[in-house]
Amino acid sequence: MHVPDGFLDVPTSIATGALAAGAVGVSLQRANREIRETGPALAGLTAAFVFAVQMVNFPVGAGTSGHLLGGALAAALVGPWTGVLVMTVVLLVQGLLFADGGLTALGTNITLMGVVTVVVGYVVTRAALTVLPRRIGSVVPSAATGALLSVPLSALAFTGLYAAGGSVDIPLGKLAATMVGWHLLIGIGEAVITAAVLGAVVATRPDLVYAARHLRQDLVLVDEQGRTSTVAPDRPVPAVRPAGRSLSYGLAITLLIAGVLSLFASAHPDGLEFVGEKLGFGGSAKDSATAGSPFADYGVSWIGNEQLAGALAGILGVLVTIGVGLAVAKLSSLRKANRAERESEPSGA
Amino acid sequence: VTGHPAEGLYVSTGSPLHRLPAQVKLVALTAFVLCVVATPATAFWAFGVYAVGLAGLITIAKLPPATVLRRLTVELPFVVFALLLPFVATGPRIEVLGVAMSEGGLIGGWNVLAKGTLGVLAAVLLSASTTPRELLTGLERLRLPAVLVAILSFMIRYVSVVSGDLQRMRIARESRGAPAGRTGQLRAVATGAGALFVRSYERGERVHLAMLARGYTGTMPALGHTGATGSDWARGMTVPLAALLVTITARFLR
Repeated sequence: MHVPDGFLDVPTSIATGALAAGAVGVSLQRANREIRETGPALAGLTAAFVFAVQMVNFPVGAGTSGHLLGGALAAALVGPWTGVLVMTVVLLVQGLLFADGGLTALGTNITLMGVVTVVVGYVVTRAALTVLPRRIGSVVPSAATGALLSVPLSALAFTGLYAAGGSVDIPLGKLAATMVGWHLLIGIGEAVITAAVLGAVVATRPDLVYAARHLRQDLVLVDEQGRTSTVAPDRPVPAVRPAGRSLSYGLAITLLIAGVLSLFASAHPDGLEFVGEKLGFGGSAKDSATAGSPFADYGVSWIGNEQLAGALAGILGVLVTIGVGLAVAKLSSLRKANRAERESEPSGA
Repeated sequence: VTGHPAEGLYVSTGSPLHRLPAQVKLVALTAFVLCVVATPATAFWAFGVYAVGLAGLITIAKLPPATVLRRLTVELPFVVFALLLPFVATGPRIEVLGVAMSEGGLIGGWNVLAKGTLGVLAAVLLSASTTPRELLTGLERLRLPAVLVAILSFMIRYVSVVSGDLQRMRIARESRGAPAGRTGQLRAVATGAGALFVRSYERGERVHLAMLARGYTGTMPALGHTGATGSDWARGMTVPLAALLVTITARFLR
């Protein structure tokens, strides 16, 4: 369904180009936090996945075959904002590297196959999820419905664009009926594949399905005294602290290591790891929205309990420092270094 | 899709067109196609001029004609549409070879066919003379948002890996005697695709952690210094400027 050059007139092409640019801009802004956390590699690999799956054709009937558009699937798996970016990148690669879809029709193609399918897919999926029972399995029929509707609605949008910028007068009702009818068939294939793919993902890694994040069960945490508490797993947990703080932190540690005190520096990470393990946050981070990266639980133990972490790491640091400090105190040349270390201790913890 | 997925349609010939910076080619060819699209469909001679111009560029780029022609198949669905137009369009009818056809539909079909073909030729010219890496640099130079460039670069880098995964899973499935029926195959393919997504996602996570471990701070280092010089732009923009001249002439002669 890649629209070629010249199919729509210049004003329509430019208008859809502006629309696509706007949608991508908004998506970039809204996906910014996710992408900062998970990195562009993840979105890039999702795009590679959509691209690879699009190469698999399925029979539609009458000897023709369709292939997955993937908009609804991407929206359910990685969310609408990242989904729009993923589809945009797929279409950019197809248009610029494979001559699939015209250069001037790039905006039209991104609007139709990137934005419309993702938005329709996601909105329908979420709407269906509010009706269906609150189970993670509900995401499969919901996304299938979204996929089923996303293809004919994209075709309907195409008809609308043709009405605005098409070169020939053809009966629009007939065109719309043909386009929607034909793409409903493709939509069924899209729905079947989307449901099966999502079913497989839900079976193995339900935490990866963006559209069902809010359906995950609360985590039950049990502490040493046997008290239990529940934690919502979908509470946004930034895996990486804002750049400023982690930078100054890294700077402090780097300075310590780089300086004369590299001998004692090992006291710091030990304290941090100890705190992280003691507070047992690894478990919650593993099932969190940002998935189980070691970085995630590192971040949680830090942010959630800064004071406690600071105190414990501080005490440890001081103890170790005193021990080692006594040993090295004999060497009078290190007195200056000792003072520098005591000064940097609060900020280091 | 022909060729290696990571290479696109690239054909290495080392022609002057290949050496032109990617951002110049991107802007020039897009502007050229924009001129083509803006040309009235009835100015038949103009499309002849465009076609000759593109053929000249393809010759300069030393591209094998077979490769270029093979790529034209991507517009087949729209060729069908263009061929149907004379029969479904409304408006006055004229007799062609004893068959009543819509005059507007005939011109409209020609319009779609001519502009679409010229557009695909221009896109083939771009993709066959530019490596994915150069294209990324070009897009970066044209101020495409850095995040999008980064996602794009990862996609290009990993699309062959993911396609390879898909291929291996298919071979593994078939060598284990996967159901051959249509529905069974669909289910097997879809389940495999689900597993492929989990694999791709987890690979993305690993790549990101590896990047963080190597000091990634949120922006990629510059891909290289491939700024276009004034003479690059001057040479590149002759094509769309000539096309613009043809477009204006065609519009006035109407």
